[in-house]
Amino acid sequence: MKTQLKLSVATAAVMAVSGAASAEDLTLCWASWDPANALIELSKDFEEKSGHTMNFEFVPWPNFADRMLNELNSGGKLCDLMIGDSQWIGGGAENGHYVKLNDFFDAEGITMDDFIPATVTGYAEWPKNTPNYWALPAFGDVVGWTYRKDWFERPELQAEFKEKYGRDLDVPNSLDELKDIAQFFQGRDIDGTTVYGAAIYTERGSEGITMGVTNALYNYGFEYGNPDSPYELDGFVNSEDAVAGLEFYKDLYDTATPPGSSNWYMGENIDAYKSGQVALQMNFAFIWPGVEADANVGGGKSGYFPNPAGPNGQFAQLGGQGISVVSYSDKQDAALEYIKWFAQPEIQSRWWELGGYSALKAVVEDPGFATSQPYAQTFLDSMAIVKDFWAEPAYAELLLAMQQRVHDYVIAGNGTAEEALNGLVDDWTETFEDEGKI
Amino acid sequence: MIHTPMDKIAKATPEPMARKVRGLSDRTIAWIFVAPSIFLLLAVNIFPLIWTIRLSFTNYKVNRPNREIDFVGLRNYERILTDSDTWMTMQATAHFLIWTIVLQVLIGFALAYLLNMKFKGNDMWTTIIVFPMMLSPAVVGNFWTFLYQPQIGLFNYVVTFFTGGDPSSFSMIGDVHLAPWAIVIADTWMWTPFVMLICLAGLRSIPDSIYEAAECDRASKWRQFWTITIPMALPFLMLAVLFRGIENFKMFDLVVQLTGGGPGNTTTLTSIDLKREAFEKWRTGYSSAYAVILFVTVFGLASIYVKALNKVKER
Amino acid sequence: MSFSVTEPSNRTKWVAGTAVVLYAVITILPLMWIIATGFKSPADSISYPPKILFEPTLEGYVNLFTQRTRLNEEDLAALPPPETWYDEMVREQGQVITGASRYGERFMNSVIIGFGSTFLCMVLGTAAAYAFSRFRVPLKDDLLFFILSTRMMPPIAVAIPIFLMFRQLGLNDTHLGMILLYTAVNLSLSVWLLKGFIDEIPVEYEEAALIDGYTRFQAFYKVVLPQAATGIASTAIFCLIFAWNEYAFAVLLTSGTAQTAPPFIPTIIGVGGKDWPAVAAGATIFLVPVMVFTILLRKHLLRGITFGAVRK
Repeated sequence: MKTQLKLSVATAAVMAVSGAASAEDLTLCWASWDPANALIELSKDFEEKSGHTMNFEFVPWPNFADRMLNELNSGGKLCDLMIGDSQWIGGGAENGHYVKLNDFFDAEGITMDDFIPATVTGYAEWPKNTPNYWALPAFGDVVGWTYRKDWFERPELQAEFKEKYGRDLDVPNSLDELKDIAQFFQGRDIDGTTVYGAAIYTERGSEGITMGVTNALYNYGFEYGNPDSPYELDGFVNSEDAVAGLEFYKDLYDTATPPGSSNWYMGENIDAYKSGQVALQMNFAFIWPGVEADANVGGGKSGYFPNPAGPNGQFAQLGGQGISVVSYSDKQDAALEYIKWFAQPEIQSRWWELGGYSALKAVVEDPGFATSQPYAQTFLDSMAIVKDFWAEPAYAELLLAMQQRVHDYVIAGNGTAEEALNGLVDDWTETFEDEGKI
Repeated sequence: MIHTPMDKIAKATPEPMARKVRGLSDRTIAWIFVAPSIFLLLAVNIFPLIWTIRLSFTNYKVNRPNREIDFVGLRNYERILTDSDTWMTMQATAHFLIWTIVLQVLIGFALAYLLNMKFKGNDMWTTIIVFPMMLSPAVVGNFWTFLYQPQIGLFNYVVTFFTGGDPSSFSMIGDVHLAPWAIVIADTWMWTPFVMLICLAGLRSIPDSIYEAAECDRASKWRQFWTITIPMALPFLMLAVLFRGIENFKMFDLVVQLTGGGPGNTTTLTSIDLKREAFEKWRTGYSSAYAVILFVTVFGLASIYVKALNKVKER
Repeated sequence: MSFSVTEPSNRTKWVAGTAVVLYAVITILPLMWIIATGFKSPADSISYPPKILFEPTLEGYVNLFTQRTRLNEEDLAALPPPETWYDEMVREQGQVITGASRYGERFMNSVIIGFGSTFLCMVLGTAAAYAFSRFRVPLKDDLLFFILSTRMMPPIAVAIPIFLMFRQLGLNDTHLGMILLYTAVNLSLSVWLLKGFIDEIPVEYEEAALIDGYTRFQAFYKVVLPQAATGIASTAIFCLIFAWNEYAFAVLLTSGTAQTAPPFIPTIIGVGGKDWPAVAAGATIFLVPVMVFTILLRKHLLRGITFGAVRK
């Protein structure tokens, strides 16, 4: 009741403000993908209510960080609102690209307690675990797996699998089981075409292979640093467990992925899965609504499961973004108005209906949520085990080093896993020294 | 570099007449005509170059506006030249440069030679062959990733159509040994027509009378080819090598779209490496030094080459 | 046909012709594949194995020009019936059009920047080339070599200071900035080419005009320019092709307002994955203007491409 009252007051305030302020042309920048398309549709309500006009600038993932960080670093005024990637938050805050939102949240009665805790830490806070907010969690996302349920259910394949591995062909409980399944499908003839095991992230140019390999590394025991002393890397980044995790990923790539999948990220994995090349795909949760709606693989033919556990735990790579106001914008008031509108529970629940993963507790904790879509439960389970890459201002350098080291070992097959991770420790240490953190 | 008789005529324009000219004096007009170009080039080319040189001695980072800028002397240069990655990218660039030039010159010249036989419809076929070079290299690179996909792309199917075997048995972009060739093939597909056009121009510039004379001397066709065609077309071939060399030394768009520099660093050409340093890591000072090194290299190589070219021409 | 000893025999011609046609067919295959992909449905475009025969559709072109989003069935059913054929086409995929895509704008940016810089480059280039050709310019040879050398720099290397400079001047992501930049990059080529063309125009024509009482400027304008027209046209085409297809500067220095099509086309993304038909459609449309120009001016192509080094 209380929230309802608050809500109507807030809505009334939005209306009042829009009546007084002049109509602005706002530009929102985000990645070019399905959720962004849905956001255009969602935002029509804002345009109607506020009188402002929304423009959208969407850049696909492989170029997103490049283009947008370039824009921010050049002090560009293109974007009033930025749904920037989670790892940018450190740079956004420290270099003054984003407006700090604490006062605004206090004034408007928006509290971060209403959002999924992982998303608040991941998308809004800098420094991490302090109540300094630079964004409002906008889109929850996490790496998970999609599989061909229709293939898994075939009796002849089930029988063969059981004979070979002594267990049912079903959702894997561990990374090793996942590899078994992928290898089982690798090179198999299904309805006259040769299919392959799993499409995994291997992209070189931006962040692809890092977003993939971490799902194996975390679960084998990789840590970004000493939990007590964050920039102490040696023995954590390159621990024996971490080495085993990296070797697992290479083995998966060598034995259970389609030929030529050496530079694949979200889009290529979707293509491979939809065209019936693979039994499994690793991908961010955002694709699931699209999979369900697809003519070839949708409508019950596909199932979903969270990243399976490894020997040392179960984690999944966090994706997703918060929405920030760009400090170079001349229209910050109107931009804040948008955030206020976006944070409303009924807008958030409409957001979920349109295919946007809301991070609002009121939406995801609704009793009907888990069953509202076949993938809803998997999303909730995955969001509970997330871990993210560095969000330091120097994140791009850290990422580029990891891309190179990991790709060089996993895809190009140069050196050993241990050498790759030792090299990574050197690169990261150098960066942190340059940054004055060590 | 390229001297024409007209140069001499122009220089020989009688002074007294020039002085009689009404309106603005020639001197003023010359200035008015040349100044805007020089000014623009100074502003967009030379001034930035000087700025780059200055930055190359600092630790400046564009994305750290609040950090103090220190003068670091030659440290950036030292770091670059002692970094084994730099030499790997140089190697990758050299491989790309040499093989694209060799293939394009061989195929381009052969095509031009055949086209010069003036068979029926050769005009139309020339135009058709030229189409690939009209495309944007970035778009070409992007589309070749699609063509190279073993399962859904065209390339592997066409190759295995001729050689037999399974289209999924090899991957042009994924294999460390094939990826350097994948970029060579795409670039050769796109730019062979360019070399072909230059060679064609060269072949057409050889007067028929020389061949006729050789024919009277009963020189064989084979001999004519080596003693007339090749030497006469050589300056053009060298020109083609110069243009392709400069262009492919700068190569960025096609390859970055095609492989992203992978697998590992196998196809990371210098421009791609530089782009990462300058616009992803934002190590502005460091990458400025890198840029200076590249400029000195290309300028040096080109100057030597141009000298050689002029010698060949004078012969 | 007169007999000539240098004329190859019919058999040789036939062999040459066959070889060239064979090459042309193979080389045109990827291009045909791009054009054909533009007329496939998204599912057909990524079919495994690839489809050579397919049912042509305009979906790729519709997708190229629209922004769409997926809606669930109830929401779709609640909408008023589709008004146009493309509305209907999109609805059949369970989607709805939310607005126009950015392709039109990007294409127009390419037109403005491409043609703008080509025009400016021709004006400056012709003037400079004329001066270099006809007058005693101090340090002429050095200046000419300097002008040429500016083209040797890798664009990424030049882009670092340009990026900083543009940021200071507020030229980042503006049409003006890109026009000036492309003009400067192209200027070296055009001065060299145009000087070659102007050198060939006999100086006597101008002398006659000067004696007739023309000013130097009038002589340039009324005598030299018309004669240099074809040369200017073929130089223009090279400048246009460069500016039209340029990627490195565009990707680094433009984003929302002045971005041209080359950095944009590879990044076209559809609903639920990469939209190869839309990418192919975008590439095809983008190719048309240059292709038309090239076909129209193909006779002058040879001279342009050899840097004016070929004399008639």
